[in-house]
Amino acid sequence: MLVKTIFCGFGGQGVLMMGYTLANGGMNAGFNVTYLPSYGAEVRGGTANCTVVISDEEIASPIASNPENIIALNTPSLMAFQNRAASGGNLFINSSIISIEPTRHDIRVFKIPLADIAEKLGDKRTANTVMMGAFMKITGLIPPDIFLKSIESVMGSKKKEVVEMNRRAFEVGFDFLK
Amino acid sequence: MNKVLMQGNKIIGEAAIRAGCRFYAGYPITPQNELPEYMAENLRKIEGGVFVQSESELAAIHMVIGASAAGARAMTSSSSPGISLKQEGISSLAACELPAVIVNMMRGGPGLGNISPSQGDYLQATKGGGHGDYHIIVLGPASVQEIADLTMDAFDLADEYRTPVMILADGMLGQMMEPVVFKKPKPRNYPEKFMMKGAGGGKSKIIRGLILDPLDMEEHIWKLKRKYQMIAEKECRYELYETNDAELILVAYGTSSRIAKGAIKRLRNEGLRVGLFRPITLWPFPAEGLRELAKKVENFLVFEMSAGQMLEDVLLALKGKARIGFHGRPGGVVPTPAELSNVVLRKYNRKDGLTEIEE
Repeated sequence: MLVKTIFCGFGGQGVLMMGYTLANGGMNAGFNVTYLPSYGAEVRGGTANCTVVISDEEIASPIASNPENIIALNTPSLMAFQNRAASGGNLFINSSIISIEPTRHDIRVFKIPLADIAEKLGDKRTANTVMMGAFMKITGLIPPDIFLKSIESVMGSKKKEVVEMNRRAFEVGFDFLK
Repeated sequence: MNKVLMQGNKIIGEAAIRAGCRFYAGYPITPQNELPEYMAENLRKIEGGVFVQSESELAAIHMVIGASAAGARAMTSSSSPGISLKQEGISSLAACELPAVIVNMMRGGPGLGNISPSQGDYLQATKGGGHGDYHIIVLGPASVQEIADLTMDAFDLADEYRTPVMILADGMLGQMMEPVVFKKPKPRNYPEKFMMKGAGGGKSKIIRGLILDPLDMEEHIWKLKRKYQMIAEKECRYELYETNDAELILVAYGTSSRIAKGAIKRLRNEGLRVGLFRPITLWPFPAEGLRELAKKVENFLVFEMSAGQMLEDVLLALKGKARIGFHGRPGGVVPTPAELSNVVLRKYNRKDGLTEIEE
């Protein structure tokens, strides 16, 4: 098993955090993982992205030229990355702010209105965790309880309420997709 | 110790501190900035720990010379253009037989180049780099775990042979996170007699690279040479991967060896018997291990993220005893396992005479 996932969006949307928690969860579930952020000459307010590879074998390359999963949180990153997705792969989009339709018809598309859901939950900042819930429901990459524990350890220094809020956001996202 | 998910650059910092590094000086450059950042944050919390963001690369390496002479475990880090600037000091460290660890997270070059991962500094690192008759030990990690292990080993090797040791990785290994477990560092074994601690009532010590009498200098260089020969005999390290039944051997180190392993998996699924020879010490180059393989295998393919640098060491090691091909992607391009497996497919069945090299 070898699954590559690209997370992309605005800087500040929690793109790198999503990748980091997924990689952590993968490690805690006993897999080999790599996490590679985009680095270098990025523009402030521009796009951010990272690549997570999860495998039960040694991982050759942390770079994904044809990832199985793409999570796009804004329109520019959807346009930049949708053509990379492997045929038959999954594309998760933040439909609260992405109004255009993906041009790919050979992949499964999941639209999740992250901002709307997160706002109802009471904290806009949980939008990325809502997405992780939806992502885990479809991919089944990591058992939800292990992933939730990883969120806890990643956010370890933050308040209990924050961890609890993220747990609820994950569950709502998980239940959002049938 | 638990497994943690950490970035390569920061792991070097943590492993160095655990290994007893108490002095770090450096000047910022992408893609290794997280290492000085980590040292700035964490070295100051350690008793006796000193972190300096120096005014230049030249200043940093010379501060390392001073700290090492005074007996500290000392380190500096940079990326390709910055390492070029440090070469004067590295030559001095070698001349003065001072231990130090230098990290090079290579990026695309020559010149300022770019900030993408590359392996274009192999020749600079393994053939001296600075002026004069010397070598430094060069370690080429291929995973974040190996970065942790080799960083600790680097300090031990530097002390044991009183020589600078370079960790030669690239932007990808520096930026990437992988799970890591830190091993227990060995206690330091470095005699006080080599440290500048003040003469007290005794004889003064002199550490210098300026030896004006050519005969004295010659003697010093032969002494260094004997040391290098001993290192070459004792410290070669390499990994063999799927070589037992191999018809073709890929030779690659660091990031490109990971890509090679990915290609080998694909090729083996198609029934091609391909293996990997991965040098871990780049200097000393594990030539003997390679020659051993050449007794059974005729086809070798050197694969680097450069225009062909380690290739020269492979040619020297095999001296016309094998068919040697090359595939390289210089300039900061990171090739895919799929690309490399296509290259191997073309070369796998070649039986034309033993040419020195074909590109």
